[in-house]
Amino acid sequence: IGNPVVGCGGSTLLGYIGIDTIIEQMRKKTMKTGFEFNIMVVGHSGLGKSTLVNTLFKSQVSRKSAGWARDEKIPKTVEIKSVSHVIEEGGVKMKLTVVDTPGFGDQINNDNCWEPISKYINEQFEKFLKEEVNITRKKRIPDTRVHCCIYFISPTGHTLRQLDMEFMKRLSHSVNIIPVIAKADTMTIEERQEFKQRVRKELEMSGIEFYPQKEFDDDMEDKSDNDKIRETMPFAVVGSDKEYQVNNKRVLGRKTAWGIVEVENPNHCEFAQLRDFLIRSHLQDLKEVTHNIHYETYRAKRLNDNGGLHPISTNGTHDSNL
Amino acid sequence: LTVTKVGEGARAVPLAGHVGFDSMPDQLVNKSVNHGFCFNILCVGETGLGKSTLMDTLFNTKFEGEPTQHNQPGVTLKSNTYELQESNVRLKLTVVNTVGFGDQINKEDSYKSIVEFIDAQFEAYLQEELKIKRTLHSYHDTRIHACLYFIAPTGHSLKSLDLVTMKKLDSKVNIIPIVAKSDAISKSELAKFKIKITSELVSNGVQIYQFPTDDESVAEINSTMNSHLPFAVVGSTEEVKIGNKMVKARQYPWGTVQVENENHCDFVKLREMLIRVNMEDLREQTHTRHYELYRRCKLEEMGFKDTDPDSKPFSLQETYEAKRNEFMGELQKKEEEMRQMFVQRVKEKEAELKEAEKELHEKFDRLKKLHQDEKKKLEEKKKSLDDELNTFKQKKMAAELLLTQAQQAGGSTTLKRDKERKK
Repeated sequence: IGNPVVGCGGSTLLGYIGIDTIIEQMRKKTMKTGFEFNIMVVGHSGLGKSTLVNTLFKSQVSRKSAGWARDEKIPKTVEIKSVSHVIEEGGVKMKLTVVDTPGFGDQINNDNCWEPISKYINEQFEKFLKEEVNITRKKRIPDTRVHCCIYFISPTGHTLRQLDMEFMKRLSHSVNIIPVIAKADTMTIEERQEFKQRVRKELEMSGIEFYPQKEFDDDMEDKSDNDKIRETMPFAVVGSDKEYQVNNKRVLGRKTAWGIVEVENPNHCEFAQLRDFLIRSHLQDLKEVTHNIHYETYRAKRLNDNGGLHPISTNGTHDSNL
Repeated sequence: LTVTKVGEGARAVPLAGHVGFDSMPDQLVNKSVNHGFCFNILCVGETGLGKSTLMDTLFNTKFEGEPTQHNQPGVTLKSNTYELQESNVRLKLTVVNTVGFGDQINKEDSYKSIVEFIDAQFEAYLQEELKIKRTLHSYHDTRIHACLYFIAPTGHSLKSLDLVTMKKLDSKVNIIPIVAKSDAISKSELAKFKIKITSELVSNGVQIYQFPTDDESVAEINSTMNSHLPFAVVGSTEEVKIGNKMVKARQYPWGTVQVENENHCDFVKLREMLIRVNMEDLREQTHTRHYELYRRCKLEEMGFKDTDPDSKPFSLQETYEAKRNEFMGELQKKEEEMRQMFVQRVKEKEAELKEAEKELHEKFDRLKKLHQDEKKKLEEKKKSLDDELNTFKQKKMAAELLLTQAQQAGGSTTLKRDKERKK
């Protein structure tokens, strides 16, 4: 602080003013108001979605823990179930909403099973838009928009399934999709690498962009950081809420007859990478891309052709024929 | 409007380990730093109160500009934008000055250009917000975040121009009143002056900006500072050696006023409050309070209303369309009316012209007849004259004949008589 820097516009600074204190002022303000984050998990049942989310946030935040029984019947249609919790860490309060999509990909005929998901996402945009166009607006509009959608890919080891392609193709323009390879402990390291390469290639050939999208890289630094991440995605993950003793340390893991798969061990799986990427470096960016790009796209379309999207009634029982 | 804290209504759950979302504020701050900040200050005050000097002193720089003359015909606003940087913070600072404020004989309309300017910035933002394809994220915000109102150091009370202007501005911008060139007043007079000003502001219902006291970390300093308003400032970019340091000061024969000495003036307090503690709050208040008020009034003026929960949710577009149709309908009606009127007028004019034509024809006929009559009369007269002439000629010939005959008969006597006569 206090280094004299020449600013443009005909002014030279001589001495400390204190402009850089705005960083602290802003930090204090955000700490006071807290954050909201809404994460959606999509994938057919049995892929460990809830477990992964619980592992990511180190607490019982997913629907499973809020009273869901493991042998509950798989729903006949895709349901959208969301549950919110408040978590606090280091003075930072976050309202985390986990949106589960039971029934996705579980039927014999999965035609259009992405529609309820698409409808839900648009409904949250609609809610926000309605608040935004009010004459008297709330000081803070509650944000229920889906900031991130983790798509669980089945660890078949071959290629993406048609349903995977369809879903990602249709939704990648309304929500940030982060594909992960679920239950990666069923594949060896080499199998994982090959599978990942094939998946990336397939997505590229179909023009499907997952988050972080190349076109939204802010600058060169951003681009190089994100390139590295894009080269490693989709992350091959393993989730667990059980702890075991390994080398005198308590670690989260899955116990099998042939060893303990350590969730947070980067040699075993890429969970830690996913967590760092999702939570520790790109959490705010996920929200910003949702707000500045996906929401704006929705809004522009909505204002342009009121007939393009059906006005959604407030009690939500309206069936969409999108 | 109460601020609802995030997370009201949701259950709290404990964390079994370090997750890492406590880096959120850092992530957010980093994004803001990359994006850059902007801050816009409006300086209102009479010419010669040291507005430009104070800005130079506050921001430790020499902003461009010449001191203005006192002969401006009206109040204009001049704005300049500068890019300043301190460590990794880039600030786009805009300083707006009121040129010619208080210089006119009739100052009734002085406040108007200021209000118009502030409104224009709100309007520009609103227009951007209402666009279909908008880029709010990269919009250069020109809305005024802080208005420094410069009070002349008379030592008595506020001028009526000050009261009127501040009253007009207090619902549109954060006003921070300051006593300019306060080295012109003695300390005791200054204390009385401040009390007088504060009581006048209160009794006239002027809402000046209050430094926020809801955050414990700044509540104490902010509430102390609130009691020091209006800040008595002195500005100077000249440096004087005091002891072994060079300080910003104004040198008089009887002593030196040090700008950054808190015993001499409130400059440090102003800088502290304006920049180092509350810059973010000033920006937030501008956006969530003043702008929202402007927006609400403007939209209501345009005829929009919030929908009640039963009707169709998305009213803005429908209201636009309804308004547009209404307007088009009115336009058409007006057009029709005008057309009718035009047709009517044409008919009337046509009739008038026809009348005139008829009259002309009649007149022409009349004149023609008159002319013919005259001609006839003249011809008759001519004829009678001719007849007369002929008769006269005949008579003359007859007379001459007679005379010639008479002459031949007794011509000599007449000749003699004539000759004698001639002699």
